Amino acid sequence: MRRWQTRDARAAPVATLRGTGPQAGIAPRWRRRAVRLLKRTALYLAALAFTVFAVFPFYWMFLTAFKTNRDLYVGATNLQHIPWIFNEPPTLQHVRLLFLETHYLVWVRNTVLVGALVVLITLLVAVPAGYALARLAGRWGERLGIAIFLTYLIPPTLLFIPFARVIAMLHLQNTLWALVLVYPTFTIPFCTWLLMGFFRSIPRDIEEQGMIDGYSRLAVIRRVMFPLAVSGILTAAMFAFTLVMQEFVYALTFISAVGRMTVSLGVPVALVRGDVFYWGSLMAAALITSIPIAVVYNLFIDRFIQGLTAGAVKG
Amino acid sequence: MALRRQVGEAALAPPRVVTPRRTLADREDVLARVMLTPALLYVLLLVGLPFVLAILLSFSAATAGSLDFTWVGLRNFARLLPDPQFRLALRNTFLFTAVSQAIVILLAVTAANVLEAAFVGRRVVRFLLLLPWAVPVSLAAMAWTWIFDSTFSVVNWTLKVLGLLEGWFYWFGDPTLAMIAIITVHVWRMFPFATVIVLAGMTALPQEIREAAVVDGAGFFRRLFQVQLPLLLPIVTVSVLFGVVFTATDLGVVWLLTRGGPYNSTHVLATLAFQRGILAANLGQGAAIALFLLPVLVVVAWVMLRTARRTEVGG
Repeated sequence: MRRWQTRDARAAPVATLRGTGPQAGIAPRWRRRAVRLLKRTALYLAALAFTVFAVFPFYWMFLTAFKTNRDLYVGATNLQHIPWIFNEPPTLQHVRLLFLETHYLVWVRNTVLVGALVVLITLLVAVPAGYALARLAGRWGERLGIAIFLTYLIPPTLLFIPFARVIAMLHLQNTLWALVLVYPTFTIPFCTWLLMGFFRSIPRDIEEQGMIDGYSRLAVIRRVMFPLAVSGILTAAMFAFTLVMQEFVYALTFISAVGRMTVSLGVPVALVRGDVFYWGSLMAAALITSIPIAVVYNLFIDRFIQGLTAGAVKG
Repeated sequence: MALRRQVGEAALAPPRVVTPRRTLADREDVLARVMLTPALLYVLLLVGLPFVLAILLSFSAATAGSLDFTWVGLRNFARLLPDPQFRLALRNTFLFTAVSQAIVILLAVTAANVLEAAFVGRRVVRFLLLLPWAVPVSLAAMAWTWIFDSTFSVVNWTLKVLGLLEGWFYWFGDPTLAMIAIITVHVWRMFPFATVIVLAGMTALPQEIREAAVVDGAGFFRRLFQVQLPLLLPIVTVSVLFGVVFTATDLGVVWLLTRGGPYNSTHVLATLAFQRGILAANLGQGAAIALFLLPVLVVVAWVMLRTARRTEVGG
């Protein structure tokens, strides 16, 4: 057996070099194994590298949030002190400070309040619009759909200055109502587009069957389409909410009172005393806020991508 | 009025008619209009109008304090063009976007190839890769500000220990280093999004094409460059366009990392517009600065429409 293998091994490279015959691609078993092993190793190394790059800041948030100040604030010039690990037992002091002595809980409440109202407005407007674009409006509906989606590409950066003027004229500066009014400008186009994709993915036959059975179009929407689209609508609601949680520019422009800030504004702007950041509490807030959003994204990402690309690129 | 008449007729109509009923619930064209109106109104009033206002403001001497609206023609633009700080911001916007997007495409196509292969823990890796995109940008920017802290930077510590750093990196004290930091954050934030989109495009590719390429003896790189990439081009374009819009118009990352410093060297159009328009209350000039982003958006929208149409024709 061994001799056979060695002979094979010697013969194969010649065959591969010449590249003749059906045997050309068949390398000896040990070589195939080595190549396979090499490929697997490269694959895992690449996956590891990407993961480390993506996750490193979150690991850093985690370390910072639970390190004691003595462990945390050691200059990086001290090469004996390893910053990558807990050198002292972890502490909850930063988390306690965050919850008891800062406005974090107020910011969370503000964010949830604004988010809930924005989601409500968005769904009331975007669900009918998404359905109409998918089913009723025909050829010009498709163009209109693309036009609505393109408004999602008009960024806050272009609009925050005129909005500052509008909000001032409406006397809404420094109120959460400013955010409730403005945030649907990006959640509505986004969710309309997303929902249009979902409604399109539901076969027409089901509706037509319903209409043959005597339902009007409106009744079909209410009794047949709505139950089928619940998961899609839920996805849109979740994404509208996370978009609200992520928004920073409008909040920065309209809100200056600490008690009226949202999480994404308050944490980076108001967790400072003079020039000194509360890094422990800041990172704790970042971590605590990120976890629920990350979970939601992971649950809904496939549907989301489906909706996004079904509209943007067909086929 | 027309709407009410429709409803009235519907109510007056005898309950059992043999001819097809023409109630509102069945008239699809009317229904489509009714369902679309709220979305269109919201978009027109709160995106279209502010957009027009942005253009008007850029031709005015409006300030945040007063409500006067003096027309000054092209003066805002004329003052901007020779302004070195504005030119630098314009250059930085292009630089940050181009460099970060180039890196993002490279990483995303590689990462999508890795994620497409079957390996242990693939779902976990995908979840972790999504984190940077899910986290609110302002919180992520704070984590990176802490990572690049001039005294406590873990990056510096690690480079020192590895013997790769002689002196010291003052990340936000040196223009080049600050730019590297900003681009790093943009790449970190955008590559997961691009990866997921490319991955979705890859999974949608017919498996037979790849198998045929393998059978025909195409190697890895040939498969990548001559089979996979051309087929993926539309979806990669979509992800790049999103990336360009999100990066070029981003205000949060630069503002939280450097505030445009050191010595105003890292300002981009968005942060400069915020500083002049909101903080310095010169709405007119701020609007003019932000408007320079418009050509970018127009080009992006145009390419996106073309891509969508071409794919439509091809499919």
